Amino acid sequence: MKFAVIVFPGSNCDHDAYHAAKHVLRQDAELIWHKDSSLKDADAVILPGGFAHGDYLRTGAIARFSPIMQAVKAFAAAGGPVLGICNGFQILLEAGLLPGAMLRNRSLHFRCEHVHVRVEQTDTPFTAAATARQILRIPIAHGEGNYYAEPDVIERLERNRQVVFRYVTASGEETDAANPNGSIHNIAGITNEARNVVGLMPHPERACELAVGSADGLVMFQSVLKALTFASATASAAVSVLEK
Amino acid sequence: MRARVFVTLKPSVFDPQGTTVTEALHTLGYGAVKDVRQGKYFELEIEAHSSDEARRLASEAADKLLANPVIESYRIEVTA
Repeated sequence: MKFAVIVFPGSNCDHDAYHAAKHVLRQDAELIWHKDSSLKDADAVILPGGFAHGDYLRTGAIARFSPIMQAVKAFAAAGGPVLGICNGFQILLEAGLLPGAMLRNRSLHFRCEHVHVRVEQTDTPFTAAATARQILRIPIAHGEGNYYAEPDVIERLERNRQVVFRYVTASGEETDAANPNGSIHNIAGITNEARNVVGLMPHPERACELAVGSADGLVMFQSVLKALTFASATASAAVSVLEK
Repeated sequence: MRARVFVTLKPSVFDPQGTTVTEALHTLGYGAVKDVRQGKYFELEIEAHSSDEARRLASEAADKLLANPVIESYRIEVTA
Protein backbone atom coordinates (compact mmCIF):
# COMPACT_ATOMS: atom_id res chain seq x y z
CA MET A 1 0.00 0.00 0.00
CA LYS A 2 1.02 3.64 -0.39
CA PHE A 3 0.96 6.47 2.14
CA ALA A 4 0.84 10.14 1.13
CA VAL A 5 2.37 12.47 3.72
CA ILE A 6 1.37 16.08 3.09
CA VAL A 7 4.08 18.71 3.57
CA PHE A 8 2.92 22.22 4.49
CA PRO A 9 5.34 25.12 4.96
CA GLY A 10 6.09 24.67 8.66
CA SER A 11 5.39 20.93 8.89
CA ASN A 12 8.10 19.34 11.01
CA CYS A 13 6.94 15.77 11.62
CA ASP A 14 6.51 14.93 7.93
CA HIS A 15 9.76 12.97 7.78
CA ASP A 16 8.92 11.10 10.99
CA ALA A 17 5.64 9.94 9.45
CA TYR A 18 7.39 9.09 6.18
CA HIS A 19 10.05 7.12 8.08
CA ALA A 20 7.43 5.18 10.06
CA ALA A 21 5.52 4.23 6.90
CA LYS A 22 8.47 3.61 4.60
CA HIS A 23 11.24 2.21 6.81
CA VAL A 24 9.44 0.72 9.80
CA LEU A 25 6.22 -0.54 8.22
CA ARG A 26 8.09 -1.08 4.90
CA GLN A 27 5.33 0.26 2.69
CA ASP A 28 5.47 2.75 -0.16
CA ALA A 29 5.30 6.38 0.96
CA GLU A 30 5.58 9.77 -0.71
CA LEU A 31 5.93 13.30 0.60
CA ILE A 32 3.48 15.56 -1.21
CA TRP A 33 3.89 19.36 -1.24
CA HIS A 34 0.82 21.32 -0.19
CA LYS A 35 0.65 23.12 -3.54
CA ASP A 36 0.21 19.86 -5.41
CA SER A 37 -3.33 18.95 -6.33
CA SER A 38 -2.95 15.17 -6.61
CA LEU A 39 -2.51 12.51 -3.92
CA LYS A 40 -0.70 10.37 -6.52
CA ASP A 41 -2.65 7.15 -6.06
CA ALA A 42 -2.09 6.96 -2.32
CA ASP A 43 -4.19 4.50 -0.29
CA ALA A 44 -3.94 6.50 2.93
CA VAL A 45 -3.18 10.14 3.73
CA ILE A 46 -1.33 11.57 6.71
CA LEU A 47 -1.45 15.24 7.69
CA PRO A 48 1.65 15.50 9.89
CA GLY A 49 2.50 17.59 12.92
CA GLY A 50 4.28 20.92 12.93
CA PHE A 51 3.28 24.55 12.58
CA ALA A 52 1.73 24.78 9.12
CA HIS A 53 1.89 28.36 7.82
CA GLY A 54 3.41 29.40 11.15
CA ASP A 55 0.08 28.76 12.90
CA TYR A 56 -0.86 32.28 11.74
CA LEU A 57 -4.39 33.39 12.68
CA ARG A 58 -5.20 30.04 14.36
CA THR A 59 -3.57 26.62 14.24
CA GLY A 60 -4.54 24.99 10.93
CA ALA A 61 -6.59 28.00 9.82
CA ILE A 62 -4.49 28.82 6.73
CA ALA A 63 -3.49 25.25 5.82
CA ARG A 64 -7.06 24.42 4.94
CA PHE A 65 -6.73 26.72 1.91
CA SER A 66 -3.72 24.82 0.50
CA PRO A 67 -4.52 23.34 -2.94
CA ILE A 68 -3.86 19.76 -1.77
CA MET A 69 -6.69 20.06 0.77
CA GLN A 70 -9.27 19.85 -2.04
CA ALA A 71 -7.84 16.45 -2.95
CA VAL A 72 -7.73 15.42 0.72
CA LYS A 73 -11.39 16.40 1.14
CA ALA A 74 -12.42 14.45 -1.96
CA PHE A 75 -10.37 11.45 -0.80
CA ALA A 76 -12.01 11.57 2.65
CA ALA A 77 -15.49 11.96 1.11
CA ALA A 78 -14.86 8.82 -0.95
CA GLY A 79 -14.06 6.89 2.25
CA GLY A 80 -10.25 6.99 2.03
CA PRO A 81 -8.39 6.75 5.34
CA VAL A 82 -7.05 10.12 6.53
CA LEU A 83 -4.98 10.58 9.69
CA GLY A 84 -4.25 13.99 11.20
CA ILE A 85 -1.52 14.05 13.82
CA CYS A 86 -1.21 17.05 16.18
CA ASN A 87 -1.12 20.05 13.79
CA GLY A 88 -2.66 17.71 11.21
CA PHE A 89 -5.57 17.17 13.63
CA GLN A 90 -5.89 20.94 14.03
CA ILE A 91 -6.01 21.30 10.23
CA LEU A 92 -8.77 18.65 9.99
CA LEU A 93 -10.79 20.62 12.57
CA GLU A 94 -10.37 23.92 10.71
CA ALA A 95 -11.17 22.22 7.38
CA GLY A 96 -14.39 20.87 8.86
CA LEU A 97 -13.43 17.24 8.29
CA LEU A 98 -13.72 16.67 12.04
CA PRO A 99 -15.93 18.55 14.52
CA GLY A 100 -14.72 20.86 17.30
CA ALA A 101 -11.79 23.22 17.86
CA MET A 102 -8.59 23.55 19.87
CA LEU A 103 -8.01 25.98 22.71
CA ARG A 104 -4.73 26.86 24.39
CA ASN A 105 -3.64 24.22 26.90
CA ARG A 106 -5.25 24.78 30.29
CA SER A 107 -1.78 25.28 31.82
CA LEU A 108 -0.75 27.67 28.99
CA HIS A 109 2.41 25.55 28.77
CA PHE A 110 3.68 23.84 25.64
CA ARG A 111 3.59 20.22 26.84
CA CYS A 112 6.27 17.93 25.45
CA GLU A 113 6.33 14.52 27.14
CA HIS A 114 5.20 10.93 26.88
CA VAL A 115 1.58 10.35 27.89
CA HIS A 116 -0.73 7.36 28.04
CA VAL A 117 -3.79 7.12 25.83
CA ARG A 118 -6.43 4.41 25.79
CA VAL A 119 -7.76 3.08 22.50
CA GLU A 120 -11.53 3.52 22.81
CA GLN A 121 -12.58 2.26 19.38
CA THR A 122 -11.03 -0.39 17.17
CA ASP A 123 -13.37 -0.01 14.19
CA THR A 124 -11.41 2.76 12.47
CA PRO A 125 -8.69 2.18 9.85
CA PHE A 126 -6.08 3.54 12.28
CA THR A 127 -6.99 1.37 15.27
CA ALA A 128 -8.08 -1.88 13.57
CA ALA A 129 -4.96 -3.76 14.72
CA ALA A 130 -5.20 -2.53 18.33
CA THR A 131 -7.01 -4.37 21.07
CA ALA A 132 -10.00 -2.75 22.76
CA ARG A 133 -8.90 -0.49 25.63
CA GLN A 134 -5.24 -0.99 24.75
CA ILE A 135 -3.04 1.60 26.43
CA LEU A 136 -0.43 3.29 24.27
CA ARG A 137 2.51 5.26 25.63
CA ILE A 138 3.25 7.92 23.02
CA PRO A 139 4.55 11.49 23.12
CA ILE A 140 2.66 14.76 22.88
CA ALA A 141 4.18 18.10 21.84
CA HIS A 142 1.67 20.92 21.65
CA GLY A 143 0.54 24.24 23.07
CA GLU A 144 -3.01 24.09 21.72
CA GLY A 145 -4.43 20.63 22.29
CA ASN A 146 -7.28 21.52 24.61
CA TYR A 147 -10.11 19.93 22.64
CA TYR A 148 -13.39 21.83 22.77
CA ALA A 149 -16.82 21.39 21.21
CA GLU A 150 -20.30 22.50 22.23
CA PRO A 151 -21.99 20.16 24.76
CA ASP A 152 -24.41 18.79 22.15
CA VAL A 153 -21.48 17.94 19.84
CA ILE A 154 -19.64 16.18 22.67
CA GLU A 155 -22.79 14.25 23.51
CA ARG A 156 -23.14 13.17 19.86
CA LEU A 157 -19.46 12.16 19.66
CA GLU A 158 -19.85 9.97 22.74
CA ARG A 159 -23.16 8.48 21.58
CA ASN A 160 -21.73 7.61 18.12
CA ARG A 161 -18.52 6.18 19.67
CA GLN A 162 -16.44 8.79 17.82
CA VAL A 163 -13.96 9.34 20.67
CA VAL A 164 -11.07 7.10 19.58
CA PHE A 165 -8.39 7.99 22.16
CA ARG A 166 -8.55 9.30 25.72
CA TYR A 167 -5.75 10.48 28.02
CA VAL A 168 -5.42 8.04 30.94
CA THR A 169 -2.97 7.05 33.66
CA ALA A 170 -0.45 4.26 33.02
CA SER A 171 -2.98 1.83 34.48
CA GLY A 172 -5.78 3.12 32.26
CA GLU A 173 -7.72 5.39 34.61
CA GLU A 174 -9.29 8.48 33.13
CA THR A 175 -8.26 11.14 35.67
CA ASP A 176 -7.84 14.90 35.55
CA ALA A 177 -4.14 14.54 36.38
CA ALA A 178 -3.68 12.33 33.31
CA ASN A 179 -5.17 15.05 31.11
CA PRO A 180 -2.23 17.14 29.84
CA ASN A 181 -4.18 20.00 28.27
CA GLY A 182 -7.69 20.27 29.69
CA SER A 183 -9.52 18.52 26.84
CA ILE A 184 -13.20 17.81 27.51
CA HIS A 185 -13.73 14.18 28.61
CA ASN A 186 -9.94 13.61 28.35
CA ILE A 187 -10.35 13.45 24.57
CA ALA A 188 -7.04 12.85 22.76
CA GLY A 189 -8.42 11.79 19.39
CA ILE A 190 -11.68 11.49 17.48
CA THR A 191 -13.09 10.14 14.23
CA ASN A 192 -15.78 11.39 11.85
CA GLU A 193 -19.21 9.76 11.51
CA ALA A 194 -18.02 7.67 8.56
CA ARG A 195 -15.07 6.55 10.75
CA ASN A 196 -12.43 6.95 7.99
CA VAL A 197 -10.96 10.26 9.18
CA VAL A 198 -9.07 10.20 12.49
CA GLY A 199 -7.30 13.04 14.31
CA LEU A 200 -5.25 12.87 17.48
CA MET A 201 -2.89 15.19 19.35
CA PRO A 202 -0.29 12.57 20.43
CA HIS A 203 2.42 11.55 17.95
CA PRO A 204 2.29 7.81 17.08
CA GLU A 205 4.89 8.35 14.33
CA ARG A 206 7.41 9.36 16.99
CA ALA A 207 6.87 6.09 18.84
CA CYS A 208 7.39 3.38 16.23
CA GLU A 209 10.75 1.98 17.34
CA LEU A 210 12.07 0.95 20.75
CA ALA A 211 15.23 2.93 19.99
CA VAL A 212 13.23 6.14 20.52
CA GLY A 213 11.67 4.98 23.79
CA SER A 214 8.39 3.42 22.66
CA ALA A 215 7.04 1.44 19.73
CA ASP A 216 3.42 1.72 20.87
CA GLY A 217 2.50 4.04 17.99
CA LEU A 218 3.32 1.48 15.32
CA VAL A 219 -0.02 -0.26 15.84
CA MET A 220 -1.74 2.70 14.17
CA PHE A 221 0.31 2.21 10.99
CA GLN A 222 -0.20 -1.57 11.15
CA SER A 223 -3.91 -0.90 11.54
CA VAL A 224 -4.28 0.94 8.25
CA LEU A 225 -2.32 -1.78 6.48
CA LYS A 226 -4.61 -4.40 8.02
CA ALA A 227 -7.77 -2.41 7.25
CA LEU A 228 -6.80 -1.83 3.61
CA THR A 229 -5.61 -5.40 3.05
CA PHE A 230 -8.90 -6.68 4.45
CA ALA A 231 -10.89 -4.21 2.32
CA SER A 232 -9.02 -5.19 -0.84
CA ALA A 233 -9.38 -8.94 -0.07
CA THR A 234 -13.12 -8.43 0.44
CA ALA A 235 -13.32 -6.44 -2.81
CA SER A 236 -11.46 -9.13 -4.83
CA ALA A 237 -13.67 -11.81 -3.28
CA ALA A 238 -16.73 -9.81 -4.33
CA VAL A 239 -15.33 -9.39 -7.84
CA SER A 240 -14.57 -13.12 -8.17
CA VAL A 241 -18.10 -13.97 -6.99
CA LEU A 242 -19.50 -11.57 -9.60
CA GLU A 243 -17.29 -13.05 -12.32
CA LYS A 244 -18.65 -16.50 -11.56
CA MET B 1 -13.82 52.37 4.41
CA ARG B 2 -12.34 50.78 7.46
CA ALA B 3 -13.89 47.91 9.36
CA ARG B 4 -12.57 46.93 12.76
CA VAL B 5 -13.22 43.32 13.70
CA PHE B 6 -12.89 42.25 17.34
CA VAL B 7 -12.74 38.48 17.84
CA THR B 8 -13.04 36.94 21.31
CA LEU B 9 -13.74 33.52 22.72
CA LYS B 10 -17.46 32.97 23.29
CA PRO B 11 -18.59 33.66 26.86
CA SER B 12 -19.23 29.92 27.35
CA VAL B 13 -15.63 29.02 26.40
CA PHE B 14 -12.95 29.08 29.10
CA ASP B 15 -10.15 31.55 28.27
CA PRO B 16 -6.97 30.36 30.00
CA GLN B 17 -4.94 33.33 28.71
CA GLY B 18 -7.48 35.88 29.92
CA THR B 19 -7.62 34.18 33.32
CA THR B 20 -3.83 34.32 33.62
CA VAL B 21 -3.80 38.02 32.68
CA THR B 22 -6.50 38.67 35.30
CA GLU B 23 -4.35 36.97 37.95
CA ALA B 24 -1.30 38.99 36.89
CA LEU B 25 -3.28 42.22 37.20
CA HIS B 26 -4.41 41.18 40.69
CA THR B 27 -0.75 40.61 41.60
CA LEU B 28 -0.06 44.19 40.48
CA GLY B 29 -2.77 45.40 42.84
CA TYR B 30 -5.58 45.88 40.32
CA GLY B 31 -8.14 43.93 42.29
CA ALA B 32 -10.85 46.05 40.70
CA VAL B 33 -10.30 44.21 37.42
CA LYS B 34 -12.71 41.35 37.82
CA ASP B 35 -12.21 39.57 34.50
CA VAL B 36 -10.18 39.75 31.28
CA ARG B 37 -11.10 38.15 27.97
CA GLN B 38 -8.23 38.08 25.49
CA GLY B 39 -8.95 38.28 21.78
CA LYS B 40 -7.79 39.35 18.34
CA TYR B 41 -8.22 42.66 16.55
CA PHE B 42 -8.27 43.15 12.75
CA GLU B 43 -8.38 46.34 10.68
CA LEU B 44 -9.82 45.82 7.20
CA GLU B 45 -9.50 48.49 4.49
CA ILE B 46 -12.51 47.83 2.28
CA GLU B 47 -13.59 49.28 -1.05
CA ALA B 48 -17.31 49.73 -0.56
CA HIS B 49 -20.02 52.24 -1.48
CA SER B 50 -21.75 52.24 1.87
CA SER B 51 -21.05 51.35 5.44
CA ASP B 52 -23.70 48.63 5.19
CA GLU B 53 -21.80 47.03 2.31
CA ALA B 54 -18.51 47.28 4.21
CA ARG B 55 -20.12 45.74 7.27
CA ARG B 56 -21.58 42.90 5.22
CA LEU B 57 -18.17 42.12 3.64
CA ALA B 58 -16.38 42.27 7.00
CA SER B 59 -19.01 40.00 8.49
CA GLU B 60 -18.52 37.44 5.71
CA ALA B 61 -14.74 37.60 6.21
CA ALA B 62 -15.19 37.03 9.94
CA ASP B 63 -17.58 34.11 9.39
CA LYS B 64 -15.36 32.41 6.84
CA LEU B 65 -11.89 33.10 8.19
CA LEU B 66 -11.17 35.63 10.93
CA ALA B 67 -13.18 33.84 13.61
CA ASN B 68 -13.73 30.15 14.29
CA PRO B 69 -17.47 29.92 14.99
CA VAL B 70 -16.96 26.84 17.18
CA ILE B 71 -15.17 28.82 19.87
CA GLU B 72 -15.21 32.50 18.92
CA SER B 73 -17.64 35.36 18.38
CA TYR B 74 -16.94 38.78 16.86
CA ARG B 75 -18.05 42.40 16.81
CA ILE B 76 -17.63 44.84 13.89
CA GLU B 77 -17.24 48.63 13.82
CA VAL B 78 -17.28 50.45 10.47
CA THR B 79 -15.87 53.95 9.94
CA ALA B 80 -15.48 56.01 6.78
